[in-house]
Amino acid sequence: MSKSLKILTLGLLATGGAAFAADPNLPKPGEIGSAVTPQEIARWDIDVRPDGLGLPPGQGTAEEGEQVWMDNCAACHGEFGEGVDRWPVLMGGVDSLSSDSPVKTPGSYWPYATTIYDYVYRAMPFGNAQSLTPDEVYALTAYILNMDEVVPSDFVVNAETLPKVEMPNRDGFIDDPRPDVKVASQEPCMKDCVKEVKITGHARKIDVTPEEGGGVE
Amino acid sequence: MTQKTIQPHTSLDRRRFLSGGAKMAAVGAVSGGLTAVGFRPAGAAGIPEELPDHSRYLGPGVTDQPYGTPSQYEAHVIRRNVEWLTGSTESSINFTPLQDLHGIITPNGVFFERHHSGRADIDPAQHQLMIHGLVERPISLSVPDLLRFRPVDRIFFTECAANGGMEWRGAQLNGVQFTRGMLGCAQWTGIPLRTLFDYVGLKPKAKWVLAEGADAAALTRSIPMDKALDDCMVAFGQNGEMLRPGQGYPMRLVVPGWEGNMWVKWLRRLEVGDEPWYTRWETSKYTDLLPNGKAYKFTWVQEANSVITSPSPEKPMNGAGPHVIRGLAWSGNGRIKRVDVSMDGGKNWITAPLEEPILPKALTRFYLPFRWDGKSSLMLQSRAMDETGYVQPTIVDLRNARGTNSIYHNNSIMTWLVNPTGEVENVQVA
Repeated sequence: MSKSLKILTLGLLATGGAAFAADPNLPKPGEIGSAVTPQEIARWDIDVRPDGLGLPPGQGTAEEGEQVWMDNCAACHGEFGEGVDRWPVLMGGVDSLSSDSPVKTPGSYWPYATTIYDYVYRAMPFGNAQSLTPDEVYALTAYILNMDEVVPSDFVVNAETLPKVEMPNRDGFIDDPRPDVKVASQEPCMKDCVKEVKITGHARKIDVTPEEGGGVE
Repeated sequence: MTQKTIQPHTSLDRRRFLSGGAKMAAVGAVSGGLTAVGFRPAGAAGIPEELPDHSRYLGPGVTDQPYGTPSQYEAHVIRRNVEWLTGSTESSINFTPLQDLHGIITPNGVFFERHHSGRADIDPAQHQLMIHGLVERPISLSVPDLLRFRPVDRIFFTECAANGGMEWRGAQLNGVQFTRGMLGCAQWTGIPLRTLFDYVGLKPKAKWVLAEGADAAALTRSIPMDKALDDCMVAFGQNGEMLRPGQGYPMRLVVPGWEGNMWVKWLRRLEVGDEPWYTRWETSKYTDLLPNGKAYKFTWVQEANSVITSPSPEKPMNGAGPHVIRGLAWSGNGRIKRVDVSMDGGKNWITAPLEEPILPKALTRFYLPFRWDGKSSLMLQSRAMDETGYVQPTIVDLRNARGTNSIYHNNSIMTWLVNPTGEVENVQVA
């Protein structure tokens, strides 16, 4: 390499990313990593979108899902989706969202039914993820939707019908409007900002702070 | 590595405090003139008459600890969890002991962890990152492959969107750690997503990225392409060493300023698409429910926030005289511009000097020297402002905007009540 070219190369390196296209030392397409085949992609491409993209062949009904539910889900979620201990409740909660104790279930809160299929396959049963067959997941999706009174018990859930299921809370979401807190002025107050400060609550009186232990290795 | 024994939750300071040293000093009269007696912790008796063993006998040699650990006397500086929060420890969170840390970098050993199906322990030789979807050349990258790209080093905080989430209805947990400890700040080393997407080539309709983890939750979040190309990175390094398993070893996503849930750990897949996926984590969770039953969605950014780390419930006052208020401020929208501190619950404020460096989307330190007379009650607050002009709200302001059921994004001003005894507690004021 000639001296002037060397200097040029070093100069490009020094400018970092700005010289991305020009720097002959940076990787060119195909130099790093392995090309993946459609078959390889399919092994990992497990996500399902609201429009149904990603749903596999197969089908199931709530009736078929009942046994799958009892075998795999009821221990934590309860026979009727009522939830055991602190595990999620999956049934009911309709009309509770504006109450003091909202209950968020697929029926009361989830905007898209496809999310049930996606999540059940990828993460459930808890501790044995990605173990269910498409038919089992379709049947469980139907079972949950039926518990939530979104579909009847003989409704066939598959790649064609699931994206068309209208979830009750589909229109319950608005794009992030923040900053949403009304402030009195752009310039924060520095002096005599409030007349009287009143203590409205003490954490110590609630007394739920872990006292002993609580350590994590 | 030797395992640290788990100490009871009572911190060193609290034990000292309860042993009476602080109380005695606190109620002791402050004498005038030059002979004011300073605070001396119980058991610390000044210059000892006897030479201590460590000044006479040999300590261990350099082969004793191939990977070092903190002093045995710092055994109280540990992550803690709140058992009643979740159904199991595998789907749970622990909290950073902010009250015991210094500067802006969170040590890897106490960096808070949030797992959805436990901590995956991955052999890097078995790990691949697949990039596919609306790209010209779908590929998979091994760890050595990733290391062939030019990395960047960037300091960013990461904060769980549920930080402070237990305080919406009132002051509930008594401590910095439990109210603001879903937070850490590190120097991340990794490859910008822009570099990787330039390398595989984006198709014209590429508007969203799905990031997916390789753990048993296979957590997925949709990220808008503008953000991905702006400052996101695939990190493998944290504070100078490889990520630890609890932080996503061997690679994770870094999404600066945005909620921690999006910083997908054990990253195995990036799929490029034209629409968001509406995964369980961006619908059922991480949406902010309002009193009218509607919910905000895609509330990605962590707005400006701050907390006084000392004095605090874990760090009681130890007597009259000079003290320093120490605290942290951060904003997902850029740099911290100013931090104001109040000692009377928000009536009057003074601006606290910020400590360098002041970096965008990173923790920023403030230190404010002050004097305490040893008998007055104080209500300490900090209020951060970022470079966009956004000012950290009060809990009353936040409740007026969003009610008490939104769980996430409670970045309200905290209030520490300093009692005349020197004890400090978490309260809410109106």
